[in-house]
Amino acid sequence: MVQPLNYLKESPSQTAGPYVHIGCTPNFTGIHGVYETDLGSGPMYNDKTRGERITIRGRVFDGSGTVLKDALVEIWQADSDGFYNSPSETRGSADPNFFGWGRCPADMTTGEFVFETIKPGKVPFRDGRLMAPHVTLWIVARGINIGLQTRMYFSDEEAANAEDPVLARIEHRVRVPTLIGKREGDTVTFDIHLQGENETVFFDI
Amino acid sequence: MKNTLPESGPFFARDRDWHPPAFAPGYKTTVLRSPQRALISLDGTKSEITGPVFGHNTIGEFDNDLIINYAKPGEMAIGQRILVHGRVLDERGVGVAGALVEFWQANAGGRYRHKKETYLAALDPNFGGFGRTIADENGYYWFRTIKPGPYPWPNGVNDWRPAHIHFSVFGHGFAQRLITQMYFEGDPLIWICPIVKTIPDEEAIKRLIAPLDMNNTIPMDMRAYKFDIVLRGRRSTFFENRKEGN
Repeated sequence: MVQPLNYLKESPSQTAGPYVHIGCTPNFTGIHGVYETDLGSGPMYNDKTRGERITIRGRVFDGSGTVLKDALVEIWQADSDGFYNSPSETRGSADPNFFGWGRCPADMTTGEFVFETIKPGKVPFRDGRLMAPHVTLWIVARGINIGLQTRMYFSDEEAANAEDPVLARIEHRVRVPTLIGKREGDTVTFDIHLQGENETVFFDI
Repeated sequence: MKNTLPESGPFFARDRDWHPPAFAPGYKTTVLRSPQRALISLDGTKSEITGPVFGHNTIGEFDNDLIINYAKPGEMAIGQRILVHGRVLDERGVGVAGALVEFWQANAGGRYRHKKETYLAALDPNFGGFGRTIADENGYYWFRTIKPGPYPWPNGVNDWRPAHIHFSVFGHGFAQRLITQMYFEGDPLIWICPIVKTIPDEEAIKRLIAPLDMNNTIPMDMRAYKFDIVLRGRRSTFFENRKEGN
């Protein structure tokens, strides 16, 4: 016999279901008066936040090409210098005017999610190489049994993307563009395909 | 040298056989919403091991009291009064201090307050069906609510959800993010529910069933159910800048 390891098992995931908005964004569903605002809603910056203002827009599609109108998307990103506003950020202090986290339900008519944020800086990979600017996304919805993790990179960062150690992990190079948000002016468009020919790369992180 | 390491390591690898698979055709909506290609495996980087801190000022005084947080002054939600309590732990058994716990549920008749909800059971004018709290320094959390009712849903011709409460949990890192559901001890609908049955392992299902907790039941007031939630554990970071193999 050996000593027991005594680790617990993670609680198994269950789908967020069709009414995730009641719990996470009640004002969005028209239930007012309980929470002042929905957590993670509104612009992610204020007047003092450093960095370039951008708008991320996208939709989530199922395997038939139909837009999901009940998805919930959360993003997490570094500030304009590449620091995370988190106690686990050990390299320095992030911009105190940038929280770095946002939550947006897909519009019930168009399915669109929108984040008004800033462009993140580069964050080092574990070996010190710099990762290209990116935003981390987490997607849940009815019919998604465990939250999907992915990243959005930027089309105006071609050189940095080419050297990104995470994108380099993707064996099937034809799939890399599924992680690149298309930048036009201040808007970055990032559609997510759950399934099908253009299935977005999702990570097990 | 101290033995206390900064909480900046990557999380333990997720046991994907323990969680429900993305494609679980018994739950029909998964068929077109499940990725079919292999996930790209990646040990967590700064982008996944970090996460925001939600301060206690995020939360209103009655956010964890679903019996009154939507009710008209002096009124209360209808249903069986219950206390739901437990700890948010990680796989190391450590309490996740400051975890944000959000919950939502149907009313006592099995009806959600949502525009897209069509079940004929009545709405309770005094029940909103959602709340939130922040776990204390030991990961402990609690809230008051009414026991939700089971309800039918369009999947099979005659599928019913067991009584359940949805939980969204935010720990210390974005990669710990978890949504799950709590079921109630003794509910016969649990074992025939297509959503429950997406979880392949019976032992895993049991981790989502809250037992009746008579020790914390408040006499003449409300029964208690205990529900612990386990998030991914974090590896210690002995070396920050280890060279990668590739």
